[in-house]
Amino acid sequence: MTNIVVLVKQVPDTYSERKLAAGDNTLDREAADAVLDEINERAIEEALVIKEANEGEVTVVCVGPDRANDAIRKALSMGADKAVHVSDEALHGADILQTSKVLAKAVGTVEGVDLIIAGNEASDGRGGAVPAVLAELLGLPQLTHARKVTVEGGTVKVERETADEGITHLEASLPALISVNEKINEPRYPSFKGIMAAKKKPVEKLTAADLGLDGEVGLANAASTVLESAPKPPREAGQRVDDEGDGGVKVAEYLASQKLI
Amino acid sequence: MPAERLLPDTESQDLIELTREIAKQELEPHAAEYEAAERFPREQFRLLGRSGLLSLPYPEHWGGGAVPYETYLQVLEEIATAWMSVGVGLSVHTMSCYALAEYGSPEQQERWLPEMLGGELLGGYALSESQAGSDAAALSTRAVRDGADYLVTGAKAWITHGGEADYYTTMVRTAEGSEGISCLHVAGDTPGLTAAPPEKKMGLTGSTTTQLLFDGARVPADRLVGAEGQGLKIALSSLASGRLGIAACAVGLAQAALDEAVGYAKQRSQFGSPIIEFQGIEFLLADMAAAVESARATYLDAARRRDRGMPFARQSSVAKLIATDAAMRVTTDAVQVLGGAGYTRDFPVERYMREAKVPQIFEGTNQIQRMVIARQLRNG
Ligand SMILES: Cc1cc2nc3c(=O)[nH]c(=O)nc-3n(C[C@H](O)[C@H](O)[C@H](O)COP(=O)(O)OP(=O)(O)OC[C@H]3O[C@@H](n4cnc5c(N)ncnc54)[C@H](O)[C@@H]3O)c2cc1C
Repeated sequence: MTNIVVLVKQVPDTYSERKLAAGDNTLDREAADAVLDEINERAIEEALVIKEANEGEVTVVCVGPDRANDAIRKALSMGADKAVHVSDEALHGADILQTSKVLAKAVGTVEGVDLIIAGNEASDGRGGAVPAVLAELLGLPQLTHARKVTVEGGTVKVERETADEGITHLEASLPALISVNEKINEPRYPSFKGIMAAKKKPVEKLTAADLGLDGEVGLANAASTVLESAPKPPREAGQRVDDEGDGGVKVAEYLASQKLI
Repeated sequence: MPAERLLPDTESQDLIELTREIAKQELEPHAAEYEAAERFPREQFRLLGRSGLLSLPYPEHWGGGAVPYETYLQVLEEIATAWMSVGVGLSVHTMSCYALAEYGSPEQQERWLPEMLGGELLGGYALSESQAGSDAAALSTRAVRDGADYLVTGAKAWITHGGEADYYTTMVRTAEGSEGISCLHVAGDTPGLTAAPPEKKMGLTGSTTTQLLFDGARVPADRLVGAEGQGLKIALSSLASGRLGIAACAVGLAQAALDEAVGYAKQRSQFGSPIIEFQGIEFLLADMAAAVESARATYLDAARRRDRGMPFARQSSVAKLIATDAAMRVTTDAVQVLGGAGYTRDFPVERYMREAKVPQIFEGTNQIQRMVIARQLRNG
């Protein structure tokens, strides 16, 4: 039996234009199509694979506005068993620390959690810190950036992969928190049967007050705020090197001129 | 721009979302390559099957999705937008299950429908013959009773999924006259049944179309669907629903051509401005959008009648006629909007134009649709 919580987030579709709201520089969630973040689909897939091997229950936990309900339904239609949805206007503008606190409380409402699975970073904010902060708050071992996960008895083993350190092998006893990267698996598509079943699965709706966090959250209490932003500059045309026997030298010269080597 | 849809409930919306995701990630990226190589997308049908999309309009107790035609047809339309051959294949598969679901005995239904709707199997529908096209009642493939079996001899023509399907809903002659046609549920691996090499077609080249050759093929008599002599009635009522599928596919194809044309017209400049700003192009695009949306409304009206148990055969023929003619016009105009680029295989619109021709021909040519409509006007 492995009881798993998967953290899921609804994000603007990477296919549509993403922008910040003019007033307070928070993400304009109405401006773009919203989808379940792809990395979360992989987190759910991993949870389902572990559940299918060891039995147990998969609960998705989501902090986000009401329309995040669509992302939760997608997770349930893939095969998760139930959901906890924290939705509250007061959370508008919450930063990484606040969001982690809310998540910690929300995860606390689920009984007997053995494993928490998150994506390593969301495709909108890209802070990538929530899994680590949450593990600290909950006092759990954190096994982040996993590209492979095995659960055996009371332990979880992870192949961790980062650009700086390459591959390291981590092991912890349960309960623990892991975050997964995009190499972890190929997520399944929901099926129409899954869509129909999702309709009947329980979704518990909670507010900040339900979690005892009234007055502590939201843009006004955030430790970080975005003061200004600018669209990224258009890509400049690349420089083309024709190889007339000295291609390698020219490439090296170019890289040196850019201070890359 | 994806089609804006009015759907009856949240499950239908989620189903359309799922379909769009599969269409965008698994179908559309491979369509041009498979069509050029004349390669049959068998794996893609399996994926649709696993996702529950090969059984949508049939009852749940046989493993179907129990969705109304209003929803099923819009799923089908989305798939045809991504890849016409797969859309047509899904429509034909759905039609191939119709005879058993509507006319089979309870024992036959329990025995075969769960696997036919299970997603792994693919079906075919075999009515036409080379001498019996529009005049389907002239078919001459003969089934003669021999003990517990029928011995089937003859050749079916133009069979979609020929050689690929796991079973064929086949119309055969058991006696003379239009009352002498019967329907058999024929397993694809029946000894004595072979598929001829695929036809070399103008379009829909990823879909196989072959003759089916029956050479004394032994088909157990418990595979007779309905009574002997009921075959033509079964065939025609299958087509009344099947034509709605073809209408939806045609609308999907036209939508794909419209999207491509609008995208191109926005970024192509001549005489110093994007061509979409010229009234000559703008009005062409507006007419294309009007054709797509009115055709969609037409098939949806027929579908809603069917879902409510009202007569819908005339509306189904109207929808097939309107939608397939619209698709032919819209895809031709899309080539016009793209100019020389549209005439090359670097862009998909020439393929769309080739694919749009055959829906005007199969499941009853558009001349035959007019005959069906007119007959109702006369007799109504
Ligand atoms: C790609 C493809 C896939 C197909 N798939 C299948 C399949 O899966 N199963 C199946 O059973 N069949 C299938 N067909 C066959 C298709 O349904 C027939 O081609 C169609 O019914 C027309 O028959 P025909 O080709 O013999 O044309 P004909 O009947 O010879 O018609 C020739 C022309 O005469 C016109 N015509 C005929 N009779 C009349 C009339 N009384 N008044 C006015 N005009 C008339 C027709 O409209 C047409 O323009 C497929 C065909 C194609 C091309």
